[in-house]
Amino acid sequence: METITTDIAIVGAGGAGLRAAIALAETNPALRIALISKVYPMRSHTCAAEGGAAGVIKPDDSFDMHFDDTVGGGDWLSDQDCVEYFIHEAPKELLQLEHWGCPWNREADGSVSVRPFGGMKKKRTWFAADKSGFHILHTLFQTSLKFPSITRYDEYYALDLLVDDGRCQGLTAMEMRSGELRQFHAKSVIIAGGGAGRMFPFSTNGAIKTGDGMAMAYRAGAPLKDMEFVQYHPTGLPNTGSLLTEACRGEGGILVNKNGRRYLQDYGMGPETPVGKPQLKTMELGPRDRVSQAYWHELQKGNTVTTQWGECVLLDMRHLGEKMINERLPLVRELAEAYLGVDIVREAVPIRPVVHYMMGGISTNTAAATPLPGLFAAGECACVSLNGANRLGSNSLVELLVFGRRAALSAIEHLQDLPPANTVALNARAGETQARIDELFSRSDGTESMSGLRKEMMDTMEKNVGIYRTEAGLKEGVDKIHELRQRYRRVILTDKSSVFNTDLFQVLELGSMLDCAEAVTVGALARKESRGAHQRLDFVERDDTNYLRHTMVYHQGMDSPRIDYLDVVITKSPPGVRDYSGDHK
Amino acid sequence: MSNSPPRSHPPLAAPPEGAAASLGRPGGSSERTVTLEVLRYDPDTDSEARFQRYEVVCQEEWVVLDALNKVKADIDPTLNYRWSCHMAVCGSCGMMINGEPKLSCHAFLRNYEGVIRIEPLANFPIERDLVVAPDDFMDKLKRVKPYLIPKQEKPISEGEYKQTPAQLMKYRQYSMCINCMLCYAACPQYGLTPSFIGPAALTLAHRYNQDSRDGGRKERQEVAATHEGVWECTFVGACSEVCPAHVDPASALQQMKITSSIDWIVEHLIPGGKP
Repeated sequence: METITTDIAIVGAGGAGLRAAIALAETNPALRIALISKVYPMRSHTCAAEGGAAGVIKPDDSFDMHFDDTVGGGDWLSDQDCVEYFIHEAPKELLQLEHWGCPWNREADGSVSVRPFGGMKKKRTWFAADKSGFHILHTLFQTSLKFPSITRYDEYYALDLLVDDGRCQGLTAMEMRSGELRQFHAKSVIIAGGGAGRMFPFSTNGAIKTGDGMAMAYRAGAPLKDMEFVQYHPTGLPNTGSLLTEACRGEGGILVNKNGRRYLQDYGMGPETPVGKPQLKTMELGPRDRVSQAYWHELQKGNTVTTQWGECVLLDMRHLGEKMINERLPLVRELAEAYLGVDIVREAVPIRPVVHYMMGGISTNTAAATPLPGLFAAGECACVSLNGANRLGSNSLVELLVFGRRAALSAIEHLQDLPPANTVALNARAGETQARIDELFSRSDGTESMSGLRKEMMDTMEKNVGIYRTEAGLKEGVDKIHELRQRYRRVILTDKSSVFNTDLFQVLELGSMLDCAEAVTVGALARKESRGAHQRLDFVERDDTNYLRHTMVYHQGMDSPRIDYLDVVITKSPPGVRDYSGDHK
Repeated sequence: MSNSPPRSHPPLAAPPEGAAASLGRPGGSSERTVTLEVLRYDPDTDSEARFQRYEVVCQEEWVVLDALNKVKADIDPTLNYRWSCHMAVCGSCGMMINGEPKLSCHAFLRNYEGVIRIEPLANFPIERDLVVAPDDFMDKLKRVKPYLIPKQEKPISEGEYKQTPAQLMKYRQYSMCINCMLCYAACPQYGLTPSFIGPAALTLAHRYNQDSRDGGRKERQEVAATHEGVWECTFVGACSEVCPAHVDPASALQQMKITSSIDWIVEHLIPGGKP
């Protein structure tokens, strides 16, 4: 097996991975940087983010307000030292992107524009029409081309971390074009591999969002934190699950049920505000968890609209007018027209909540370091505890930047005073990956189809770990995922080719998703309270006495995982009431 | 709709004209059996490419990618292609569909009759099945220096570079390229002359040249204004026709030719002129 020796390896070349790579190259041009991704950087799912990125920039805004919105939005499960660091770094990172050429929307005087977003008390979301993530990703990718010290390994599928002497010292990966395994020996490794929304059948996430980075760290002994918190975005297209950005509501779109009632007022987010005059942090600008939960209640009451794609509510933007829609929401118009045949200028569009984002992930501290020395993580794959129990829209694009950069700085610090690598031991570890792949290719007793297992996993997650959860449903989910993990050992690899074998990668991705699904289900069963995106019908209240703490899940091979807890860091905001009444309470 | 929004929204119990159709028929849409004829090639075992037929039961509203995904999951796990976002923004799933370069996530079955023939993107080497090697495109992208080379460096602490909405509009369209490479598959000139930098990369150079914050045009001209650059373009316009992001590379290349010509005139015909 060929060995590639580098200083720092990054797994994932989306927003967080690219930002980390650039920070490394800028800080020390002599560093050797290996940027490894299973897709070309432009394909990374950052490109699909639409609405924008939050950072305090306008004179009427303040860091304290961004802090309060984020902590309250996260239902007090955010680590407040992390939030404090984040809000101060956010505007700097967004300005940095501006200096790199990001085409942010502008005011007449040439300053950047900001738009309203859910759960935010002030307008502070920077945007590039409704293709903000796309522009951020391409700005970062194009900027990264300036730096000769960044060596890209595009379409390399990362397999296992190399851990020796109690620290992470590299990884194995497969070159997808040739099927050849490589080992990367690195002094620090940064995982920026994205989320795992594809565990669910109905998701805004692209096909690549299979939790490979999370699972790789988890299998190597790093804990996954708060995995039970899965965000449903309130407004997805009912057939494809494509995201219709929160900016639809930020710009003034309203949600109505089959009777034409703006039902959010019935779920603690009222009273009603005038149509077309959105008021911050209330009604349609409530937080995503609450807005998605309101849909569930409307469904129970029979207030939803029946469509050929299932039960929906309606997102009405007609009153915004064609000019504003074309200027600010062009992608939304295109998507609804192309995939649903609805012109949002003329019709209300049927939508329903859709799995969107994992608040949980690889446990990191505010320095983006995992408990495993030498391993760092940033972006959706990480849980730095910025987002708590519910992420506010437009905080995650900034999270990629702030903690991508922070991971790079920490990875550099880690390089100091390291003992030399024991290459014999690392080679032995890499041999274990080789054996795992060889076994898969030579397996003769396979009985399970990949797509069959994947469907059972998705159905289980949707049925048992949805917007509202119960003890019985979660127990069923835990048992079923455990069973699927056992059966996965007998999955059949049909395609034995060495060249771009997507059957193989789908089998490996399914393994990653099952590991992540295990952490989600056991975490959800153990958390006997309702907080943010984790809602239990049998424990309807938030329980700060017992659960103001993070769930930490540790991999135990084929056995059930071990669960531990970690206290939430509270610096200045004690748990309080989430108020989305528009100052009416 | 009137400009002053009503205080309370009109009830939608009876959906407005036009909405009724969009809400569809409860209980599911209609099915249709589609025949796909897909190019297969595995360099491990095949000396040449061949076509394989698949009969797939599809929903009428599906795109070609949905049909391929159904083949992959239920019929033939050995079929290979790239895809991710399913919303025409990641640029992964470009392929030739009945001879035309398309994003398969944006090619609607309702627009096709009879057998649908699917091949890898033209003008690129095949890795396997529908997967092509984009190395040449990636190399060309880098050569045009597609990043901001500021007129005047300033620190972050001094805030943003001011840019008016009008200045933004000068280049915004050209910043929309998703790097899907459909324009390279459509471009007859790229097919004939592989050294041609090509539509997407040149358009990206133009995007930065047109940015009010940028001062790097001269550096980019070293690649863009050569015989491999804009002057290779014969203005067929196929690039703009197939572009799924409405970038219009043909217009970018025309504008670049004009500015390059002006450079030449200034340099050669005006005494003491510097472009």
